Amino acid sequence: MSEEMMEGGGTIKKFCYINRKAPYGTVYALESLEVVLIGAAFEQDVSLVFVDDGVFQITKGQDTAGIEQKNFSPTYRALEMYDVEKLYVEREALEARGLSEEDLIVDVQVMSAAEIRDLLEEQDVVLSF
Amino acid sequence: MLHTVNKSPFEKNSLETCFAHAKEGSAILLIEDGVYAAIQGSVFSDKVKQAMSTCTVYALEGDLKARGVAGKVIDGIQLVDYAGFVDLACQHDKVTAWL
Repeated sequence: MSEEMMEGGGTIKKFCYINRKAPYGTVYALESLEVVLIGAAFEQDVSLVFVDDGVFQITKGQDTAGIEQKNFSPTYRALEMYDVEKLYVEREALEARGLSEEDLIVDVQVMSAAEIRDLLEEQDVVLSF
Repeated sequence: MLHTVNKSPFEKNSLETCFAHAKEGSAILLIEDGVYAAIQGSVFSDKVKQAMSTCTVYALEGDLKARGVAGKVIDGIQLVDYAGFVDLACQHDKVTAWL
């Protein structure tokens, strides 16, 4: 475990959120984002991992006017204001979907599944959406 | 017959089951997360192109735009709006939804 102490005496844990669902067909992606922001508000060490259809959450150019749902993709760009800057995307997931890093709305670190596996081992808490 | 598919092919097998059960000459409409099947260069694009040799494949444009993939659609997939969806439903004797 890699727990640090905060100034007020609290503990900082490493929280990792695994995102595996596409953004609009189900509510998982939006709910994950809400929980990420809560974790960030408690000044925890937050990482986001995008695998499987989760990579579709951060595609550029989303325009939801035609489906009468809120476009929440700009929120991913605001995460750095909450000191959430560790965004990891699985290379295999991008390639299977015909996507590349240039198709994404935020700066991310593209990693292999094996590298993401090691990243998960370093975490104190892993939450899956 | 009109077939609709609303699930991502990367998560569920609805699209492949639809392709296996759609008779030649059928119309297949991709909606909601089903539109991810329309992306050029994915591991599913060859299967979609194969289906397009016997069936007509449509995709709901609003769902493509919402997901940021409207600029990556396989050539030959016909884009429709909600009114076009209604037209397709009326033009065919039956509608089968692959959920």
